[in-house]
Amino acid sequence: MTEFRTERGGRVDRSRVLRFTFDGRAYTGFAGDTLASALLANGVQLLGRSFKYHRPRGLLAAGSEEPNALVTVIRDAARRTPNVRATTVELYDGLVAESQNRWPSLSFDLGAINNLLSPVLPAGFYNKTFMWPRSAWFALYEPRIRAAAGLGVAPTLPDPDRYAQRYAHCEVLVVGAGPAGLAAATAAAATGARVILCDEQAELGGALLAEPDTEIDGRPAGDWLAATVAALRANPRVTLLARTTAFGYFPHNNVGLVERLTDHLESPPAALPRERLWQVRAREVVLATGAIERPLPFPGNDRPGVMLAGAARTYLHRFGVRVGRRAVVVAGCDAAFQAAVELSRAGVAIAVIADVRAPGQVAGPGEQAARAAGLAVETNATVLGTRGRLRVSQVLLGRVGPDGAVTPGASHACDVVLMSGGYTPSVHLHSQSRGKLAYDDALGAFVPAAPAERTRSAGMARGVAGLAAGLDDGAAAGAAAAGAHAATHRHSSRGLDGGLAGRPGAPPQPAALVPPAKAFVDFQNDVTTRDLALARREGFESIEHIKRYTTTGMATDQGKTSGLNALAIVASESERRVPEVGLTTFRMPFTPVTFGSLAGVARGDAFDPVRRTPSHAWAAARGAVFEDVGLWKRARYFPVNGEDMHAAVNRECLAVRRGVGMFDASTLGKIEVVGKDAATFLNRLYINNWSNLGVQRSRYGILLRDDGFVYDDGVIARLAEDRFHVTTTTGGAARVFAMMEDFLQTEWTDLSVWITSTTEQWAVVAVQGPRARDVLARLVTDVDLSAAALPHMAVARGRIAGVPMLLFRVSFSGELGFEVNVPADYGAEVWAAIHEAGREFGITPYGTEAMHVLRAEKGYIIVGQDTDGTMTPDDAAVAWAIGKQKPDFVGKRSLERPTMKHPQRKQLVGLETLDPRIVLEEGAQIVATRDQRPPMKMIGHVTSSYHSAVLGRSIALGVVAGGRARSGETLYVPMPGGDIPVKVVSPVFYDREGARLNG
Amino acid sequence: MLIIDCPYCGPRPELEFAHGGQAHIARPADPSQTTDDEWTEYLYLRVNTKGVYAERWRHARGCGRFFNALRDTTTDQFLATYRSGEKPPVGSAARSAP
Amino acid sequence: MADMLKRTSPPVASRPWLAPLPAATRYSLRGGAEARAAVAAAFGVEPPTQACRAASRGARSALWLGPDEHLLIAPESDGATLATALPAALAGVPHSLVDVSHRQVAFEVRGPHAEWLLAHGCPLDLDVAAFPVGMCTRTVFVKAEVLLWRTADDRFRIETWRSFTDYVITLLAETALELPA
Ligand SMILES: [Zn+2]
Repeated sequence: MTEFRTERGGRVDRSRVLRFTFDGRAYTGFAGDTLASALLANGVQLLGRSFKYHRPRGLLAAGSEEPNALVTVIRDAARRTPNVRATTVELYDGLVAESQNRWPSLSFDLGAINNLLSPVLPAGFYNKTFMWPRSAWFALYEPRIRAAAGLGVAPTLPDPDRYAQRYAHCEVLVVGAGPAGLAAATAAAATGARVILCDEQAELGGALLAEPDTEIDGRPAGDWLAATVAALRANPRVTLLARTTAFGYFPHNNVGLVERLTDHLESPPAALPRERLWQVRAREVVLATGAIERPLPFPGNDRPGVMLAGAARTYLHRFGVRVGRRAVVVAGCDAAFQAAVELSRAGVAIAVIADVRAPGQVAGPGEQAARAAGLAVETNATVLGTRGRLRVSQVLLGRVGPDGAVTPGASHACDVVLMSGGYTPSVHLHSQSRGKLAYDDALGAFVPAAPAERTRSAGMARGVAGLAAGLDDGAAAGAAAAGAHAATHRHSSRGLDGGLAGRPGAPPQPAALVPPAKAFVDFQNDVTTRDLALARREGFESIEHIKRYTTTGMATDQGKTSGLNALAIVASESERRVPEVGLTTFRMPFTPVTFGSLAGVARGDAFDPVRRTPSHAWAAARGAVFEDVGLWKRARYFPVNGEDMHAAVNRECLAVRRGVGMFDASTLGKIEVVGKDAATFLNRLYINNWSNLGVQRSRYGILLRDDGFVYDDGVIARLAEDRFHVTTTTGGAARVFAMMEDFLQTEWTDLSVWITSTTEQWAVVAVQGPRARDVLARLVTDVDLSAAALPHMAVARGRIAGVPMLLFRVSFSGELGFEVNVPADYGAEVWAAIHEAGREFGITPYGTEAMHVLRAEKGYIIVGQDTDGTMTPDDAAVAWAIGKQKPDFVGKRSLERPTMKHPQRKQLVGLETLDPRIVLEEGAQIVATRDQRPPMKMIGHVTSSYHSAVLGRSIALGVVAGGRARSGETLYVPMPGGDIPVKVVSPVFYDREGARLNG
Repeated sequence: MLIIDCPYCGPRPELEFAHGGQAHIARPADPSQTTDDEWTEYLYLRVNTKGVYAERWRHARGCGRFFNALRDTTTDQFLATYRSGEKPPVGSAARSAP
Repeated sequence: MADMLKRTSPPVASRPWLAPLPAATRYSLRGGAEARAAVAAAFGVEPPTQACRAASRGARSALWLGPDEHLLIAPESDGATLATALPAALAGVPHSLVDVSHRQVAFEVRGPHAEWLLAHGCPLDLDVAAFPVGMCTRTVFVKAEVLLWRTADDRFRIETWRSFTDYVITLLAETALELPA
């Protein structure tokens, strides 16, 4: 027990002593403490160094608005959480915390030299100084600045915790479980509505948690709180969420909450995620987010020991902690007097209460109580400065004369300064929801005005002060949100309500604010009154510009403690009223949200769905190397005996050219197009003519967008007069399906056609090579596989290994080829059966890499690799597929535009390096003449490039301006090692006559 | 995340929908009869409305239907949704967002 | 010969909150009122016209997926019968009937935590008042598309395209770690 811990009282459990360390020193606290209250109880006030000047900083506040006391909490090497506010860290046994932004130690910090340099580190310093040379920014300035002016250090290990995300729906979401929020939730729940009530603190109750002497409806506030929470908890339609921050208000009443599940636990159970992100969809929202006490901007107001008066009350009443021995109270509002009285009663000496309000204030109950308690009050006072190296030790007061002139007054020794500049309603969420704000002169703050969503604010969040009034306001809001009439019950309350009682505090007199004295406005970003004045002098008028120039209200503060003071100073500097200066946007999140919460389950193997084909397990068991194609895993090659990719691909390619290979083509998109107008539909959509395609025949189709550029391709088979089986590229399946639906639903509603995705209905095994027919003959008995009966591009139905099959005689390799389609649940076994049957022919499974080489040897394009969304059919050398007689098809009109027929368009060509050993880099640029210097005139680029085993040399496809007319020319591919000469050739490198295909 | 009132399924979360661009742009009945300028306009020129905007959505992960919506681009509030081929509800464009 | 090979779908483990469902015969039916009427007689279940509703009779069900789209589900053993009966009934009627039996995998999320589990990936309001028994719809579960059908207060039938089954089950299982053992 230290002298700062009271003998009794507070909501801490004095029977449970918890050990913890801060910067390596061991301390103890009680269950129910925060790290901040426990450190204060141990007399520790120095908690951090400021962001820019490395000034020593202590606690300003007791809640999530704390801007100074950012610490790192360490569980293990991977669980180091930087930048958490000591005021929101719940103590557990064994907690380890460290201060930040100091070296070598918190009390002796070399970075504090920045403080001495502060005259040359004004607002906009970075913008002005580190402009030039540009290269130095990345190499020199930025790393140095980041090292010197930074916050905590992120862990380098992957986050081992799990994070959950869920959706939730309710009629009424109440944010904030203070008196107004509790009353709102109670009233809404009484109607039977589904209610979610969330609060960022560990316990529900808000300000009531620090009001032991207050009564509600004739009983102690604590009892009222316990009974109210118990009643809500017993209602199955009510969800109570403590430790849950509403961090963002998104359109259509979508509110993001983060529930912290394990950070407060000594040993978190493995079953629990660390946090759960709730996406709540509420019919109505009640914002009972309360208000935040304002600091006063006087010189030296950032010294450790200078804190908000309301925070001192919270430490006393909720945690049983006296924040110091002797306090100077700087009163900008009535609430400060009340704090003085209560701390005095708890044994803290009150040196003086300096009333910095404008003259003529009517004494409120707090002030009356202070005078009655015999506390010294100095009116018309101002603060000229504070002293103390690592903690405040003295306050120098001034006296403001009737003419506004300030004369120095007495100095007061103290170890703590309590200030209160009034209360600012927490309008962050209302503002995030695009609701309007209005300036309340009496309050000296902005309050919610016209909402843009179905939302309402209640209690102090909209400036309704006083406990009973806040309860009534909350109840009315809750009832109205639930669509009911407000209850007739009127709450009563008794006792000094602190910030809740009386007027929350008018703005202090300007004399206490005005520069040249340097007072901190934004503690977190080290922005002073001088910085704001300087920005004004340099011509920044808009508060949005001033914010960006000075950084005031940025980062996690978001104006919580700094906002109104900054506005007041800018207003006074520019002789405008606060509402004329305007307001910067309140941005989400209200308080920081972990990346883990935002990512949720989308991490590691579950980042995206991993789609596997039916043969996946077979391939994996044989050591296949997979590649990602969209969401699919596709076998890239099947190495044997320790082969590298090059060796494996060469072997696989030669097997297909000389014997037989098998390839899993299941990922190709498949769409069944059915209806009496199916052929008409495809005629209008694809460039080809489909009317003359016979049943049980197939054709290679090309699909354009209406801009005339190649969009997709694939083989289309006619299964019946009114039924087509359309294949698409693996990645194009969904978008081609959507495009078809678009045309059918919105343009060609005259057609009797429907489409169905069958991508996953079928498993597809491509059997390719001169021995392909021999393999299939082992398994297929009811289909004549001969070239006469089943020529190239023919289709047949039958059975393979006993299961129904759709057989395509097609080839993407240039060899005799078949594609066996079977219902997917049979895919794995049919694959194995084909492999088994092919054993005697040396059947070789091959992957996507060999498939790519084989098709490139034949000059077959891959849409998306050899085309890039700006290529016409002619550019891609597939104009032969166009149905010449068709009056229209998608993209046809665009092909008529002159630029689409320009002879110098980039056209697909084959490229042969003069040195056959050189394999070009895909994406490499092509130029017409050698030894060019940058900027070179680039006329094309390489799209596909491989070593061809069967040709014993490298091959490449590329696009070149006017390429086909350049056939035989030598062009150059400039690379770091020098120009690589290439010859323009036909894109078909192998079997130009196509004899093998028809074998 | 918006709530979009599918004319077939009712109000659903935006996650289920795909945006389909500006509404009420009909593909020319006979593209071969259009001038280059007319075709260019059909292909590329779109309004960029600040205010009530008629746009297409598809309930892609729902009933699959394309439909039209009037949305105020300054507030993200929907004024109406209606089926493809239907005209915007009379007077809805003049209604202000809630 | 037809029994030579067995159907093998992506596996679904059996857990207190999860049950695999047997392989099924499935048809995607697209078309208008005429097609629905033709199917009603042959299939024994009238395809619902109310949006997002399923109708069942015995072991056969017809699910509304879109204004011109229904999913017909029947036991696997009905496959051969339906393969003849349905096209016969629909002859001459504008429609599209496509066998999608193998396209998707069915499983059931059930028990007192079913709603809670599904809320961890599905953005719909699953309260029984908003998503009553008999309601069915395509929707999303995290990044996968699923077909969700409430068959009882505490039972949801889910169908996914077969390559998404693993993903959905994996994420449900991760969420279920929180459930009491
Ligand atoms: Zn819909």
